[in-house]
Amino acid sequence: MADRTKERGPDSSRRAILKGGFALGGAALTGLAASRTAIAQTSDPKITELQDWNRYLGVGVDAAPYGMPSQFEKDVVRRNVPWLTADATSSVNFTPLHELDGIITPNGLCFERHHGGVAEIPPQDHRLMVHGMVDEPLVFIMEDMKRFPRENRVYFLECAANSGMEWRGAQLNGCQYTHGMVHCVMYTGTPLRNVLNAAGVKTAGKWLLAEGADASAMTRSIPMEKALDDCLVAWKMNGEALRPEQGYPLRLVVPGWEGNMWIKWLRRLEVGDAPWEQREETSKYTDLLANGVARKFTWAMDVKSVITNPSPQAPITHGKGRTVLTGLAWSGNGTISRVDVSLDGGRNWVEARIDGPSFDKAAHRFYYDFDWDGSELLLQSRAVDSEGFVQPTKNDLRAARGENSIYHNNGIQTWLLKSDGGLENVEVS
Amino acid sequence: MSKSLKRASTGLALLLAAGFAFGANAAFDGGAAEGSASPAEATASETSFGLGRPATEEEIAAWDVDVSPNGDGLPEGSGTVVEGEEIFNAQCAICHGDFGEGRDRWPALSGGEDTLTAMRPVKTIGSYWPYLSTVYDYVHRAMPFGNAQSLSDDEVYALTAYILFLNFIVEDEDFELSKANFTEIEMPNAGGFEPDDRVEEGHYRADADPCMSDCKPEPVVITMRARVLDVTPDSNSEESEVDSSVD
Repeated sequence: MADRTKERGPDSSRRAILKGGFALGGAALTGLAASRTAIAQTSDPKITELQDWNRYLGVGVDAAPYGMPSQFEKDVVRRNVPWLTADATSSVNFTPLHELDGIITPNGLCFERHHGGVAEIPPQDHRLMVHGMVDEPLVFIMEDMKRFPRENRVYFLECAANSGMEWRGAQLNGCQYTHGMVHCVMYTGTPLRNVLNAAGVKTAGKWLLAEGADASAMTRSIPMEKALDDCLVAWKMNGEALRPEQGYPLRLVVPGWEGNMWIKWLRRLEVGDAPWEQREETSKYTDLLANGVARKFTWAMDVKSVITNPSPQAPITHGKGRTVLTGLAWSGNGTISRVDVSLDGGRNWVEARIDGPSFDKAAHRFYYDFDWDGSELLLQSRAVDSEGFVQPTKNDLRAARGENSIYHNNGIQTWLLKSDGGLENVEVS
Repeated sequence: MSKSLKRASTGLALLLAAGFAFGANAAFDGGAAEGSASPAEATASETSFGLGRPATEEEIAAWDVDVSPNGDGLPEGSGTVVEGEEIFNAQCAICHGDFGEGRDRWPALSGGEDTLTAMRPVKTIGSYWPYLSTVYDYVHRAMPFGNAQSLSDDEVYALTAYILFLNFIVEDEDFELSKANFTEIEMPNAGGFEPDDRVEEGHYRADADPCMSDCKPEPVVITMRARVLDVTPDSNSEESEVDSSVD
């Protein structure tokens, strides 16, 4: 690809590839053995000719006080789907999973989901109130929060509606769109129990209402057991302050549970003896079944995985031969113990290789390295978590729930890999 | 920046009943994160750290506007259907339509009766929402969109009454909704919700040793392709026929 960027830039070459323009020169479509056979090799001018960057100075250390990615990575961005919503301030965008590796999502690429736009709050003006069934209602300022004992934890955050547009069938071409309402970062904060214990939760206090300071005043009811277990009140992500779109200066972290509960711009915690049945746990985030009854309080995000490369936005451009297949797996139940990969739509499976750290309720990175013979393949991944839960097929889920659940679609994704290296989002029998 | 007032520790150890019945949420393992004390082990020494200051009654009243299904949190006040219609037409109809039917992609507030088992359910306050308290609470805290928390308590009562009228839950335009009669209203779909029982689904935990080879008798066939629908951004597609639920 690099030799095509000189004239038209990386964007145009990427578009050409997505449209199926894979004419990358003679050696591109030959196999590994053939490419190693020296057939009248011509020399590469990128080596034989002096390049500008070999001769002239680049910018200095004063050019970028806060660095940005290379100009050649400018298409690695969050994207949105305008037709999904009435207004961009109550909407969602998508993490470019197909451009990322490892398990940590860069802060600037973490998907966004707002209900009243991004609140811009001066940290000195932010307050956190704890009240209700407590011994003493309290108010904290940000300086107070940073004096609590701190913990660092890596967790995935997945929107309950991630893959929701795929319930009725294959709809969007690209894992950014089908699976991109997820990110995974390291949070720094204090356990929620520290904040609650400071106020003194009364025995009857079995539920917690968390509320945001933004124009949607987002609220969710959380059972006290979860609140006292592994929830955090966090002010940093990946080492730096939360991004405004992720709740600056303060957000709730609810490991393994649906993203809607991770209240951003957290300003209020009320202790009570029953759930509040707020809009976001009645009208929304309830899962309609085929019989007309809806499940409520479907908090946990189940075991899930997706192949991020190759995928519709990341076609194979190198032709036959050695191919790296990679993807992400995660589970709200714990860690990922295994990921299987199928090349034939689920008839046969091989165990993939999980690489990198394996944290509780965090993303896991898997790889399957193989020699592609250029034939059409139906790629799938299937994750198994530490509790023994196996990722189901979409048809399994539809049989159990119908097609109107909207939320909690953790079904196995299929990509059709075509012989030209392009891929499509498909459903299979 | 004001200094926080130092507070004496309440010294209360927090005792949790073990084995809390957790709905049917099999995903919850109840274990504390590694390296942190479990809730039951919380002691007085780690409860307060002397941080924060007492909240005043006035501060709590300013922020605590939530309303529960049993009416807890409802303010004093009242409003009629007719009063609500006037407010709705001025402040709400531009997005939600004159009859709550919803304009463009803005949410419908009425209609959709008996559609919850249809291929394309229409989930509105009348057809889907279980509790009236949620209507009052949500309108009060988050509407009108772009001008939240601008409605008085009485205005929200009036709007709630009008939304009931639009959904034929009350039929009398002189109907007055108040704190006193609020919990007498039963929503049509109040019984339409059940706890999370995903774990009961047959596929959910068939076994931890799934099939690895010859798992399907016939070669797999493609049954649907996203490119046929062609609604992915930058795919030169026009308006889509698919529906979404993000709002």
